[in-house]
Amino acid sequence: MADTGIGAAVRRKEDFRFLTGKGNYVDDINRPNQAYAYILRSPHAHAMVGKIDTSKAKAAPGVIAVFTGEDIKVGGLPCGWVVKFKDGSPQHEPPHPVLAQGKVRHVGDPVAVVIADMKAQAKDAAELIEVDYQPLPAIPTMEAATKSGAPLLFENVPNNICYDWAIGDEAAVDAIIAKAAHVTKIEIVNNRLVANAMEPRAAIAEYDFGTGEHLLYTTSQNPHAIRLLMGAFVLQLPEHKLRVIAPDVGGGFGSKIFLYAEECILTWASAQVKRPIKWTAERGESFASDAQGRDHVTHAELALDKDGKFLALKVSTQANLGAYLSTFAPAVPTYLYATLLAGTYTTPAIYAEVKAIFTNTVPVDAYRGAGRPEACYVVERIVSKAAQELTIDPAELRRRNFIAKDAYPYQTPVALAYDSGDYFATLDMALKAADYAGFGLRREEAAKHGKLRGIGLASYIEACGVAPSAVAGALGARAGLYEMAEVRVHPTGSITMFTGTHSHGQSHETTFAQVISDRLGVPIENIDVVHGDTAKSAFGMGTYGSRSLPVGGSALVKALDKVVDKGKKIAAHLMEASEADIEFKNGAYTVAGTDKNVPFGAVAFAAYVPHNYPLETLEPGLDETAYYDPKNFTFPSGTHIAEVEIDRDTGEVKLVNLVAADDFGTIVNPMVVEGQVHGGLAQGVGQALLENAVYDAESGQLITGSLMDYCMPRADNLPSFTVGTHVTKCTHNPLGVKGCGEAGAIGAPAAVMNAVVDALNAVGVNDLTMPATPEKVWRAIHRRLAA
Amino acid sequence: MPSVTLTVNGKQATVEVENRTLLVQLLREHLGLTGTHVGCDTSQCGACVVHVDGASVKSCTLLAVQAAGTNVLTIEGLAKGDELHPMQAAFRENHGLQCGFCTPGMVMSAVDLAHRNAHPTEHEIREWLEGNICRCTGYHNIVKAIKAGAEAMAGSR
Amino acid sequence: MYDFKYQKAASVADAAKVIGADGEAKLVAGGMTLIPTLKQRLAKPSALIDLGGIAELKGIRREGNAIVIGAMTKHVDVANSPEVKSAIPALAELASHIGDPAVRNRGTIGGSIANNDPAADYPSAVVALNATVITNKRKIAADDFFKALFETALGSDEIVTAVSFPIPEKAAYMKFPNPASRYAIVGTFVAKTGGNVRVGVTGAGPCVFRWKEAEAALGKSWNGDALKNLSVKADGLNSDIHASSEYRAHLIGVMARRAVAKAG
Repeated sequence: MADTGIGAAVRRKEDFRFLTGKGNYVDDINRPNQAYAYILRSPHAHAMVGKIDTSKAKAAPGVIAVFTGEDIKVGGLPCGWVVKFKDGSPQHEPPHPVLAQGKVRHVGDPVAVVIADMKAQAKDAAELIEVDYQPLPAIPTMEAATKSGAPLLFENVPNNICYDWAIGDEAAVDAIIAKAAHVTKIEIVNNRLVANAMEPRAAIAEYDFGTGEHLLYTTSQNPHAIRLLMGAFVLQLPEHKLRVIAPDVGGGFGSKIFLYAEECILTWASAQVKRPIKWTAERGESFASDAQGRDHVTHAELALDKDGKFLALKVSTQANLGAYLSTFAPAVPTYLYATLLAGTYTTPAIYAEVKAIFTNTVPVDAYRGAGRPEACYVVERIVSKAAQELTIDPAELRRRNFIAKDAYPYQTPVALAYDSGDYFATLDMALKAADYAGFGLRREEAAKHGKLRGIGLASYIEACGVAPSAVAGALGARAGLYEMAEVRVHPTGSITMFTGTHSHGQSHETTFAQVISDRLGVPIENIDVVHGDTAKSAFGMGTYGSRSLPVGGSALVKALDKVVDKGKKIAAHLMEASEADIEFKNGAYTVAGTDKNVPFGAVAFAAYVPHNYPLETLEPGLDETAYYDPKNFTFPSGTHIAEVEIDRDTGEVKLVNLVAADDFGTIVNPMVVEGQVHGGLAQGVGQALLENAVYDAESGQLITGSLMDYCMPRADNLPSFTVGTHVTKCTHNPLGVKGCGEAGAIGAPAAVMNAVVDALNAVGVNDLTMPATPEKVWRAIHRRLAA
Repeated sequence: MPSVTLTVNGKQATVEVENRTLLVQLLREHLGLTGTHVGCDTSQCGACVVHVDGASVKSCTLLAVQAAGTNVLTIEGLAKGDELHPMQAAFRENHGLQCGFCTPGMVMSAVDLAHRNAHPTEHEIREWLEGNICRCTGYHNIVKAIKAGAEAMAGSR
Repeated sequence: MYDFKYQKAASVADAAKVIGADGEAKLVAGGMTLIPTLKQRLAKPSALIDLGGIAELKGIRREGNAIVIGAMTKHVDVANSPEVKSAIPALAELASHIGDPAVRNRGTIGGSIANNDPAADYPSAVVALNATVITNKRKIAADDFFKALFETALGSDEIVTAVSFPIPEKAAYMKFPNPASRYAIVGTFVAKTGGNVRVGVTGAGPCVFRWKEAEAALGKSWNGDALKNLSVKADGLNSDIHASSEYRAHLIGVMARRAVAKAG
């Protein structure tokens, strides 16, 4: 089955419907007698909310109902993770109402909902709602929020600090730094990003008075988690009366993991007005309400000995959480960040402290990479800076400090134990692909044309396949992070597979089918993968943290094992042989050492038409479910190399080459993996050169609140990429897979910025914050040349 | 309410709309042609690109009443039954799509490019896509797909 | 979008009558700026008068030493016009980089200049080529047409019908686009026509303007080096998160030098 099995670049099963306009996204769905909701949002970043007069809106044409925070008496949006202060006390967890309760805390905070027959009517009527806002001083920056005497977002959260957390032994690290031959210091701003999946969030809620069942269609990466969080914590609805469907979803990148106010408001309101209700975000609402990403300010110090060996790393980070705790927000700048600060290196002592701060901005949570890009950026920028200071080639400095090939399992000083990897191999592969050796000539050539050329490396590591439930639980997660797979073999041998992960671009319908085809020998066209419906898949934790294949794929392998094993029993009966003598290969059961065989399809048929069947010892049917809880994180790694050319007169940075050499373990579909890397790289380049969510420091308005000002990468901003993989298998999951969804976004920002700084070194500039926009670069050059 | 008559994918349709109804709303909400998507509100993302009288336009930036009497082609009208249009086939073959949301607009833009420039270079393709944003693919495979699709279209003429 | 009345004008006179009588009515040409504005609910016109059906407003022709472009001529048609490409290639090139392909398939020259967006491309060409704006009432010199931010010399019932561009000896346009919106942060159009040099700058200020010091310098010596010691004052220029006024002032010089080099 090499043509459709593991390792084959199978063309995607999902493409036909997407290419012919037959995709089924939430906004494409319409329910009989459907009404429309429009959410009235706060125009203020920080204000007390007095009387809300909805009378005119209620009287407007087509309006069915208007609800405010006074009407909707439900629970607040829950947070799924608890992080502790240094002293062991838990984080502050202020309430997160679905509609404002007396106060708004960011521009876009939901204040009221209007439900009308037509969408335009709902929006027209919302303009008639009179809200008595009493504006308060806005504190959109971490600096303003932590200043003494700063206004508080929540009365019971002193200094607006959610938690002040640390990992490692500070005194030990300080002692090493004090005595080190060389210490490199760096100040880092990790710019805030907006996920901007091309499909805006949308939802349709419907209540069936006959059965008491609620149905919610929503743009989610994890419908079961939405059902659990919304049912148990917000609306007090039991799971069996709440069905959540996430149909085709147009990209997520993390922003569609979380439970959002609109999902709760619609589900609640549809029972009040006794009609299905649809809501679709405008892009402007996406900017004002989708959880955003990154937003760190960090000071870091790296101690090295005289030979360039890393001795210790000390990191102090402030993380902006925005106005409320989003679903997984506390984990992102802590357990998904500081635990990765060893990078690919043997740094023996690491201390990191993280202060998480509330501000009057949109909440921040996981965005592609979630914590790991921030960690990689700190480590890979400071390593390149150290190389420059010590005049050691940056590739050589990395090599000197890489964890040795034979050192696995490798316990880092920041909790994680890496199972496998070969950082030397991916570094060498990337250096070769980027013609690193030939860079000097290219730089000279560029200089002849007045251009500054630079090259930059990033040798990243990430922790994926989230996560062993017991570990996650010990670290504060309020959920398990296993995955479910059901393999339902039909009587004629075709297969429907149900997964609790969710594909919103990742190609599960193809890659999971390849795993099945490979194992059972069933043609791929006879296999369908079903995801995104709580009424179909028994359970699941969804898709994020590059977990679908490492965790969901492992569950699938377990379920396939059960199918094969049960089939063996059936085959043994059919062939009148001992079960111990039955082998399964190439889609058929054989009796070892004989030519007796029975194809898989015949076994399936026998299971459902059990005329000749061991009914006394075996149940009919061939439908197996497995749950898999990961034994460890997986650790994809690799080296990305960027090359840039800078126009001295305008400051424009042109990315001329981007190479990625990655180790994702076993590759199921190389075409899909390359596509995932390409997309991640583009987002990484976006962070480094183009994207930045900017809030007005006074008013707290999001200045980059539309695509007119928030710069999304376009085709002409990017070169074609060069990508390749080197395989070291994950040692603790059955496929040996590590996950590939986030790598590009993790390695690329540091690679690109290292290249930019390398180019600017020629004019004496040795640091620059992301994004490297033309004016910023021009100013850096200009200031140096003027000085 | 005004009534608009136009031809969509070869079939004539007459629809009652408000003056403020956009062409994309007419297509999606009145005709049920939900393949054309809306990804932004500032006329930039290109998920809504359709052909009006043979030229690619953003159906979110054209009033339905302005489209009266025109001939509109949407993504649903491109394939011949189960047989994909060469550009659609090239997107599939080159993995030029992931989540699929920007795809209809990308394909419609690409077909317009191929009509105007039978053998576009990588540079020309990247410039042409200024009005089509994709968040998934990094454009690498879209560019490959459009090059292959344009060549296939040229070859089948 | 708020609702409005909609009317397809049968003729220029017909359209002029309606907008003359109703100050809240707006003309719609290609709609590439107006419709996004309406979608954001930033304008609430009583009626839209669509010029799309008036055949006389479309088309490109050569008249003596000028290229005359009808107001409803689309950017794509200017970009591809053999007459424009041979007579004023810089103008065809400018048109070929306005917005994106879908915008160029709808947007019109008349709509662009009547709107006078400070970051639009065409106004720089109109000014630098010393074009004449022809309306249903009169002919307006380029220098008199663009008044201020989104403001032109057009009267309340006046409609642009065509723009006449004298054919230059040399001309070129260089744009430094806003990376997000792709509108011009700075666009500089340089032209030498009948021995006279004019430099039109868009994007940088609240309204297109001429850089007269550069015109004088280039008049003496048509060479980018002639601009080396000139600088534009940042005072009064636009400033936003993408480009400060100081940076814009600097870019005007860079784009002008590059445009001269490109014009040859």
